[in-house]
Formats: sequence, C-alpha cells, structure tokens
Amino acid sequence: MSDEAHDETRGEATPPMDRREALKVIATVAAGATLVDGLAPLTADAQQPVPGAIGRRALTNAPVPPKSGPRGTATDPDLITPTSNWPRLLSAAEMTTLAALCDMIIPADDTSPSASAVGAHRYINEYVSAPYDWAERALVRVRGGLAWLDVESQRRFTRRFTALTLTERTQICDDICFLPKAKPEFQAAARCFDQIRDLTASGFYTTDAGMKDLQYIGNVALAKFEGPPPEVLRHLGL
Amino acid sequence: MVQASPKSQTEYDVIVVGSGAGGGMAAYQLAVAGLKVCVLEAGRSYDPVRETPMFKLPRQAPLLGAGTKHKPFGFYDATVDGGWDVPGEPYTNAPGTDFKWWRARMLGGRTNHWGRISLRMGEYDFKPKTRDGLGADWPMTYDALAPYYDRTEMLIGVYGGDDNLENTPGSPAGVLQPAPAPRASELLTKKHAAPLGIPVIPAHLAIMTQRQDADVLPKKIHPNNPLAQKVLAQSMRQRAACLWATPCGWGCSVKANFQSTTVLLPPAMMTGNVDIVPDAMVRELILDASGKATGVRYIDKTTRADRQVKARIVVLAASACESARIMLNSKSTVFPNGVGNSSGLVGKYLMDTVGAGIGGQIPALENLPPHNQDGASGMHMYVPWWEYKNQLAGKLGFARGYHIEFGGGRDMPGPGIFGGLESYTNGAYGRRFKEEARRYYGSFMYFSGRGEMIPNEDSYCEIDPNVVDQWGIPVLRFHWKWSEHETKQAAHMVKTFAEVITAMGGRVQGTVQTDGAKAIANGGEIIHEVGTCRMGTDPKTSVLNQYGQSWDVKNLFVADGSVFVSNADKNPTLSILALAWRTCDHIMAEMQRGNI
Repeated sequence: MSDEAHDETRGEATPPMDRREALKVIATVAAGATLVDGLAPLTADAQQPVPGAIGRRALTNAPVPPKSGPRGTATDPDLITPTSNWPRLLSAAEMTTLAALCDMIIPADDTSPSASAVGAHRYINEYVSAPYDWAERALVRVRGGLAWLDVESQRRFTRRFTALTLTERTQICDDICFLPKAKPEFQAAARCFDQIRDLTASGFYTTDAGMKDLQYIGNVALAKFEGPPPEVLRHLGL
Repeated sequence: MVQASPKSQTEYDVIVVGSGAGGGMAAYQLAVAGLKVCVLEAGRSYDPVRETPMFKLPRQAPLLGAGTKHKPFGFYDATVDGGWDVPGEPYTNAPGTDFKWWRARMLGGRTNHWGRISLRMGEYDFKPKTRDGLGADWPMTYDALAPYYDRTEMLIGVYGGDDNLENTPGSPAGVLQPAPAPRASELLTKKHAAPLGIPVIPAHLAIMTQRQDADVLPKKIHPNNPLAQKVLAQSMRQRAACLWATPCGWGCSVKANFQSTTVLLPPAMMTGNVDIVPDAMVRELILDASGKATGVRYIDKTTRADRQVKARIVVLAASACESARIMLNSKSTVFPNGVGNSSGLVGKYLMDTVGAGIGGQIPALENLPPHNQDGASGMHMYVPWWEYKNQLAGKLGFARGYHIEFGGGRDMPGPGIFGGLESYTNGAYGRRFKEEARRYYGSFMYFSGRGEMIPNEDSYCEIDPNVVDQWGIPVLRFHWKWSEHETKQAAHMVKTFAEVITAMGGRVQGTVQTDGAKAIANGGEIIHEVGTCRMGTDPKTSVLNQYGQSWDVKNLFVADGSVFVSNADKNPTLSILALAWRTCDHIMAEMQRGNI
C-alpha cells in the first residue's frame, strides 16, 4: 500500500512536505541562523555579568545537556514516527463485507477511487479495535451491523452481501441509509450504517485521493499568505 | 538540551518553579539581569525543534489523529503527559463539582500548545468593582502594565491590527506585527455582522507574520543591558516567520509562534545563568525559623529521590492551581495554614473563562473555488466585546463581556469530517454522497464565546486531606459554582451566534439553548484558570501585593495566573507574561534596595 492511503503498518509514510523541505523554504529568510541548536549557552564572553547586576559570578562550564524525547507512552507518544499497533479485531470475512459496504457509501467515480481502494475499511478496523471504551461500543455496533447485513442479504436474496448485485445492495441500503426515515425494524441497522458512513468519510477524505477530491490545497509552506483570490470574493459577493 | 540536575550549584539567587509563560519569562528576565537562576520543571525536557510534527497528516497518526483520553486535543497536540488527567497525579472534586484541570508535564508547560490569542486587558478590566460593584479591583491601572504589554509583544512577536476600541486597547506603532489577510469565511462574517452592530477586527495572536528586527528590537526592549540585547538578538535570529501551514497547537519547529521553549528559555540559557531541572516536582517550600523562604523541596521523578535546592528568592510559576497547591502544602509552625496564607485566601477566587459555542452551515460558502485558506492556523479576525453601552444601561442582565472566536471553511480534512452530513442530504450514500461532500465541504463555521467570570466565594481549590498523588503530595480538591452573570452571558452568546449565522443566510446546527446553564462549558474546560493567589492593596483581602510579592514572606513571589484579581474576557497568557516581567523588575529593585 502506498503512503497515500491507509496502510496496515502506519508510520512508514513520508508526508508530501516534511520539515526538511519546510526548512529549505525558510532558509531563504533565515539565512545564517541555526534553527536546531536548542537551548545551548552562548560562548563564554556572553557570560560576563551585566554592569551593575546583582548576583553571583557566572557559572563555570555548564554541563552538556542530555538528550531527551518522547517516552513512547500513551500520553507521550513519538509524534514524528507514529505507530498504531493495537491488534485489529475484525475477521477477514468481516473486512470483506465492510469493504463492500464502504464502497456502497463512497464508490469510485470520475474524480476519485472508491473508499476501499484507499483503505477506508482498514481505518474502521483500527477504530473499532482501539483500546478505548468507546471503541468497544463501536465494535459491537459495527460487527452487529455487518452480521445483520449478511443475514438480511440471505433473507432477501439467499446470498451474502458481497455476492449481491449493485441493485440488490442498493435495495438494502435504501432501507437503512437515513435513521429518521428508517422503519422500526431497520432502526438498529440504520444506526450502524450511519456510523460506518461517518467513519468511511473520515477514512476516505483524509487520504491524498480524498483531499484531492475535495480540492483541499493547503498544508504547504508559503512565503506569504495572500487571502482569498478574486474569484472567491466574487463568489461571495464581497 | 538542559542540565539534568543542579550539580554545579548548591545555592542560587532565584528558584523559579515552572517553565511556562510565567516561569519562562521570570527565568529569562532574571537571567539577563545577571542572577543565577534554577528552573524546576515538573515535566520532562522538550525540544520543539526536534519534536514538533510539522506538516504531518491525520492519516499518519493513530485514529487519524483524533483526540483520546491520552491526547485530548488530538494525537499531534504538543501536550506531553497532560490533558484533563496526568498519569499518577489525580485531583478531586467536591460533591456537585465537575471542575476540569488541564495540565501539561513538559518543559514550557502549556505554552507549547496554547491558542496564541494575545489580547490586552483594558482600563475597565483593571477596575471592575469600581465600574459595577462586583468582584475586586486590581491594585494597578492599565497604564502601569501598558509598558510591559508593549515590551512583551515586541519580545514574543504578536500580530494584530491598529484598532483602539473601548476597553480594547491598541498597541503603540511599531509594537505589533502586521495582521494576516482575512480568510473568506472571516470576510463574510464581517460583512453580515456589521449591520447587527458587531465589529469584526484583526485578532491579536502570538505568531510572527514577519521576522523580528534583531538589530533594533533588543535595544528597544532592553535599553542599557548589553547581555540581554546580545542573547535576545541571537534568539530572534533563530526564529522564522510563519509558514502559513501546520497547526500552532502542535508546536512550531521554526519558532514562528510563541512558546516558552522557543522564545524565552533559549535566550535565558544563552546567558549561562540558568540551570533547568526537568522532572522536578516541587513538594513544598523550605522556610527558616523567621518564616523566610530558603529554598524548595522537590522529588526527582526519574529516581523518586527527595531533593532540595536553596536560593535567596523563590518565584512560583507552576500554574494557578499548582502554585496554590505548593503554598497550601507548605505548612510550618509559622504558617500552619500554608505559606503566605495569613489572609486565608490561597486557593480562593478561582476563575475560568465563560465558554459557549454553536455551529452553522453557510450556503454562501458552498462550492467555493478551491484556494488555500490554512493561514496562521489560528483566527485572523475576531469580535471584541461590543455591548458596553447596553450593559451600562442595564439592558443585558449580566455584568461582564465576552469576545467571539470564530472560524471555518476549507480546512484540512480530518477525523469526523462530514459526520452528521446525512441530516443535510436525507441520508445520501453512493455517488450522491461524493457530490454532496464536494458541495458542503468548507461551508461549516463555528462561533465560540469567551467571556469574563466574576470571582465568587463558592469557586476555589483546597487540599484534599484524604488523597495524595504518586509522589506522596496531597492533591487539590475543587469547588465550583457559576453565578447568573456567567450563565446569562452564555445564553447571550449562543443567541447572538444564532443571529449572526442567520444573518449570513446560514442554518444553525443543534439547539440554541435559552438556559445558559445548559450552554456554558464546565469550569476549567476553557483552560483559563486563574486567581488563586490574588494581588491586592490589603494583606487581609489579598495574598500578594501588586508586584506578585507575598505579603507574609518578602522573598516569595508568584508569577503565573494565580495572581489575577479578575478574569477579563482577554485570554490570560499575554497578561501573565507582562505581569511576570513587572514582578521581575520589582525583584531586581528590591534586591538593589537591600530589602530581599
């Protein structure tokens, strides 16, 4: 899997603009400056006491400071090389059904690929498998919803969800796609669909393909912030 | 980066407890004045240059970087070992109280992740009781602090406009950096708020829109101090201007915004006058028989060893509640109720900021032509409190004001994007979902009020006699109560925001609460807790004099949010910095006079 989408092994990816590149950009304005020297004392001549200052003589030689950094705990993780290493709980069969449902929610079109093509279902597995209380509830809901989907498919069409035609899948999804209008017998499934739709959107639109689909064009270093271009102001009547 | 323990000295001129806004400023000012300073920091050392996740994307983080109980403001938030809970360091709430206490255990404290909003308190804000009979007046005027605001803004780098409105002071020419160009959503808000009489003006944030003039500013900031000029110039040359990308709350490796760790501690260390001891959690002050402070006792968190460090002066800047905790835990025969607490007011008059908010979907922002609106990550425009006249005429039903922070638009997609979109699309999925997503992306805005709370007798912290933390230090127990001034203000906030959203042609999201008690955030949630060791003119009704000096212990000073007498709607960090600087000037003057 490329770094453009949700990989099974996070943390290997390189962002499109990393700090090295950002530093190159600012090097033009910060020429000569050392940006990585941390909290080092100046040379000895800076330690001359201020005229008229009160206090003791300057320290002798300040010791070389120790390296520090993240401890790798949950409250102090490594932010530069993140890992998401908890065990994934959905089975291979569940993931197959989930991927099919994700693609019903976000299918491929002329602009961008489908949700499962960029790994949105893998993000959902990460989410429901997370070591938090809310994830336990989400796991039950998602797992229960996927089981319902296959049972409902068997009931209506005597095949599991992944074996249905697009028309057949749509018939089921139409019944559960909007909670306020879902019939009483579909309420629970509609809640599950709602959560999976939200998660699929989160997973999809945070990939490069998803950001490109929305035409998000930020997160790049700029020398100057110009504000909205004229066509935006015209659009707003400003 | 920092010295691990104060081995090179056994006694210092000054111990500074804490390394955030107040502690960083105190360490810097006292070091450039030539004093030997030991900074004790309860968290680990932290280097924003190496550790800031600049330009990282949500998908590279666990759970797309969403907030969890371990990282409440998101995975990439700069906070280390903190949030509403610190591992092994609990606090308790009295029955009926649900106060939230945000802490960070790291060098630089909360300055690493804060919102960078830097608003001056105005002349009314220093004399609230004189104006409306509520709360208490500060023992100083705006004019006394104004020069410190000027110098602080020049030192740290603050962008803003040249507005000078009622109780919303401008800065002298040449002090602020130019404000960034407004975003589309900010311009649209300005247009539609104006007919409602609501002003939208450039915000003031501690973010540099251009590099500081290292040849000129240090001389203006520190006349007649060559050491200060030298280290500050060196420090300023290591700071770059904003890159217009990547959130400030993650920290800034190029030092474009204000963090104690990029702006105050580096020049302080360059003097050679400062030792910083991380992982040093202060337990109590050490006092001699006469009641004078001689040092502090702390636990070295890495070894759990009990240690002491001595000094002629102690400056507490551990954060409002933590400084009060240290004072209340410093009991002796001279001070049976805690050091500096002859007034009984240490821990009292705890305040936070009134917070309420509401979102809206703005059709005019749909299908906006793609453009980069990241900007300075924080707001470029805001609304200062505008209802002084109606309030004075008694038309509002509550006493103090708020400002509005707002934003929205084509932000980077993150976790939760399009959550709830089904209510706008009748449950769209499939190709239609993608079309609806393109239409609605960037059309959501959020308005937040940040208002003044009046100090009251029912909001305070004290030592819980039954609970200690993992270091054996007795913990704080909180008591909290909003008055009607705050809840009515919160109701006014959401009503106003709904009016603005409607005026913009938008649809309000959720319910507009008419009961302010349902709209208002919990105490502590806005993370502006201040006021536990208030300044004053009378030792019976205050803990400190106007310079942050303890009435009871002449060589004990407090230089953080504890000193606040009131909590104006102006976010506190800039005032903490300016007040800490003023305290340091007083320390130097008192030493020169031989008083301490």
